[in-house]
Order: sequence, then C-alpha cells, then structure tokens
Amino acid sequence: MDFLRPRSWAEALAAKAERPEALPVQGGTDVMVEINFAVRRPEALLDLNRVAELTAWSAEEDGRLRVGAGVPYTRLIDELGDRLPGLAQAARTVGSPQIRNRGTVGGNLGAASPAGDGHPPLLAADAVVEVESAARGVRMIPVAEFYLGVKRSALEPDELIRAFWAHPATGPQYFSKVGTRNAMVIAVCSFALVLRPGERRVGTGVGSAAPTPRRAAAAEEFLAAELDWDGPLDEAVLVRFGELVAGAAAPIDDVRGTAAYRRHALSVLARRTLTWAWNDLRAAGPERRTG
Amino acid sequence: MRVTFTVNGRRRTADDVWEGESLLYVLRERLGLPGSKNACEQGECGSCTVYLDGVTVCACLVAAGQAEGREVRTVEGLADGDRLDEVQRAFVECGAVQCGFCTPGLVVQAHDLIERTGRPSDPEIREALAGNLCRCTGYEKILDAVRLAAARRAERGEARR
Ligand SMILES: Cc1cc2nc3c(=O)[nH]c(=O)nc-3n(C[C@H](O)[C@H](O)[C@H](O)COP(=O)(O)OP(=O)(O)OC[C@H]3O[C@@H](n4cnc5c(N)ncnc54)[C@H](O)[C@@H]3O)c2cc1C
Ligand code: FES
Ligand code: FES
Repeated sequence: MDFLRPRSWAEALAAKAERPEALPVQGGTDVMVEINFAVRRPEALLDLNRVAELTAWSAEEDGRLRVGAGVPYTRLIDELGDRLPGLAQAARTVGSPQIRNRGTVGGNLGAASPAGDGHPPLLAADAVVEVESAARGVRMIPVAEFYLGVKRSALEPDELIRAFWAHPATGPQYFSKVGTRNAMVIAVCSFALVLRPGERRVGTGVGSAAPTPRRAAAAEEFLAAELDWDGPLDEAVLVRFGELVAGAAAPIDDVRGTAAYRRHALSVLARRTLTWAWNDLRAAGPERRTG
Repeated sequence: MRVTFTVNGRRRTADDVWEGESLLYVLRERLGLPGSKNACEQGECGSCTVYLDGVTVCACLVAAGQAEGREVRTVEGLADGDRLDEVQRAFVECGAVQCGFCTPGLVVQAHDLIERTGRPSDPEIREALAGNLCRCTGYEKILDAVRLAAARRAERGEARR
C-alpha cells in the first residue's frame, strides 16, 4: 500500500488523477474501520488532512455558504450551527464526540451510505456538491443527483469532493432520527425539514429508508399547494404530509427495523418536525413569516 | 514507511509502519505506550481515546501517517511524573475503576471535557462520555469521579484568583 500526502488541493487533484484507485481519507471514521477489519485493501491511501482548503468555509457573494469537505462535525456545529441548523442537528447525532471531532460531511458524501445523517438535511436545504478533477475542472452537482445507489455516488474515480454549498437558513429547520439510543446509532430512519417562508416552500430529506437518501418530492409539492402560511397548521394537511413522506420511502426489512416500521416512523417524524417548525415560525412573529 | 510525531511532549519516530496501520497500533506496539487500549478497532468503545492536536479522537481510526508532524497526548502524558492528574485521582478515589480497560479512554475524554467546560452539568458529562463504553462499573462512579475532578479544579481555579 502507498500513503500519499498531498499538501494542497492542487497536489491532491494531481495525485488523484495519477492514481484514481487511491482511496481518499479525511477523518478516517469510515475508511479506517474498513482497513482495520480487512474489508478493504486499497493500493494507496490519499490522506487529505494536510489540504488546508478542505477545512475552511466561507460566505460567498451569492449569499450561500461554501463549506470545505473536511470541516469536522464538531466545528460545523460550533461555527455554523446558527446558519445551518438542520445540518448541525444531524451532526450532533453522529457517533460520539470523538467521532464528531474527526468525521466530516465530505466523508459522509464520499461513503454515500443511505443511512448517512448528513444527507437528509443537505437534500432539504437544496445543497450543491462541488467536485473537481485535474482533467475536467469543477462540477457542481445538486445533492439530489449525487446519490446513485447504495454507497454509490456521482463522483468519478479521478474526482475529489471540494465542498458543499448551501443557503443559510431563512426559517426553521429540523432533523429527526430514529435509533435505539442517543449516541452511536446508525439511523433506523431519519427525516429533515427546511421551511422557506420567503418562497412559501418546504424542503424535505428522507434517510435510511431507500437505496439512496432522497427527497419526498410529492410531499413538498403538496405543501406548496395546500399549506396556509398565514393560518394555523391544519390537522388534515399535517396527516397527509406524513403519509406522503412515508410514501416517498422504499424501505427494506433489516436488523434495524422492518419496512413497515420505517414507513410508520417516517410519517411520525414528518408530522412532528413540521409541527415544531410551524410553532417556531409562529413564535418568531409575522416579519419572520414573510422574510 | 517512517512516521515522526510528538507524543507527550517528546518527538518520536516509528519505522517500518504499514501504510494502513492505525495510530493506536503505532502507540502501543511500536512506541511502547500501551495505556491507550485496543478493544474494538471501530470507534465504538472509546478505550483508545487520545488527544490529536488538542482534540480527542479514537486513535484506532487515525491512520498512522495522518499523525506525521502532529502532536499526540495519551493517557501516559496526563500525570506529572508520579503526581496523578486531577481526573486520574478522582477515578481512584471514587472507585470508578474495576477491570480498568475503559479507564484510559474515559480519563482522557473526561480531562478534555473539564478543560473545555470547567464545571460540566450532568447532561454535559453524559453527552461527552457517550462514546466511551464500560462493561463493569455501571457508570455511576465514573460520573461521581468526573463531578469530583471538576469541582476540585474549579476550587483551585477560584483559589488562584
Ligand atoms: C463509531 C462510529 C459511529 C458512527 N456514527 C455515525 C452516525 O451516527 N451517522 C453517520 O452518518 N455516520 C456515522 N458514522 C460513519 C462516519 O463517521 C461518517 O460517515 C463520517 O461522515 C465520515 O467522515 P470521515 O471524514 O471520517 O470519512 P472518511 O472515513 O475519511 O472517508 C469516508 C469516504 O469518503 C471518501 N472521501 C472522504 N473525503 C473525500 C473527499 N474530499 N473527496 C472524495 N472522497 C472523499 C473516502 O474515500 C471514503 O470512501 C460512524 C462511524 C463510526 C466509526
Ligand atoms: S478501540 Fe478505538 S474506539 Fe474501540
Ligand atoms: S472498568 Fe471494566 S470496562 Fe470499565
């Protein structure tokens, strides 16, 4: 095995171009488990820890945040929790403090597990994944198009993930996850919700309930048509929203739960998060609702 | 490959390190620092917790080469000679140690918590230690030890002021 240590983003892209089979490693919280248990024996490891560009984030001119793929969850929570509250809530549920100190959204995207907790909030927030190769330059991939199958993504072998882009929250955001305890839990299923009062739209993301993380598109369309943004939350709308979110899933029976349980739990999470978000919105007053 | 980094204030070099090897393996098997324990090798138990550049991590999930040039502090680096660190003393006094396998990881993680928060609340303690498993104590005496260490440290801090 070779151990490649690029010192900059340009060097990292050059190394990946030359050795497309090299396995990138950032926090190592997925990669090292596979190596320790001999599940994987890559010909080379491409260590990204020295690439300073990956651990920085910035507010861009178009108002979006560009967050380096290597910013660990702990820093995301501390530094961006106010602007990306849904993602920060999801980050707080990842593993344990030690795992959050090393694990990153870039690694979550790279692993592309349907159970990855970063995915639902990225989907709900309409995030875009910035990837790059030495040969073809930058590609901006809407996150909904990034996941192709169980642990498969749109990333090409010579590409690396540079960052994700997302708008700072303009309204309440929630993430909720079902598991057997608070820490160290792979989601049985999870759900993220983003309210955009200005556009009168609601974004959604469903995790661990289909071969890939996905949006509940029909549920989003339903709310866009039926939600009365100036009134109280209608019980019938709430129930139908839950049904449509459950309907967006294509879950399986596995050791963590049955398909039927996952569908049921998702409808509960959907109703619950929308209720929480709605209460926040009303508490914030009319300016917040139109803002 | 050769890997060089600072461990507990001393520059150390390990040779013939396999590229897929973990920092935990290098510490235990190549540098003679068996304090950090190897129980699961998958980040689940926290018994291998060390500081890497001042942040607590599972040493079993850090590739040895990623530690190159960086600063590692293990449980062996907490005591000042024979004088145990406050957290270590509290663990002894409260009976927070039974078989002791989880202890080094818990001590490092609790040390970090107290350094960062001063006097953590009970929910903060539980949250900070959620990634450290103990099969013996039932955790109550571990919580006692962390509370005691934090209280003593706070007292010392106030006395100094
Ligand atoms: C004990 C434990 C608990 C966990 N709990 C959770 C949990 O609750 N929720 C959850 O979602 N995950 C969990 N995980 C999985 C893991 O922590 C996350 O997926 C994390 O986000 C991975 O980030 P990393 O930086 O450590 O990735 P790494 O292990 O470094 O990499 C993961 C994958 O991404 C690729 N990659 C990394 N960076 C890049 C890049 N810049 N460009 C291209 N590819 C890249 C790697 O090649 C690899 O395929 C847990 C893991 C452990 C060990
Ligand atoms: S040995 Fe590293 S977490 Fe268990
Ligand atoms: S004292 Fe035995 S595992 Fe904790």
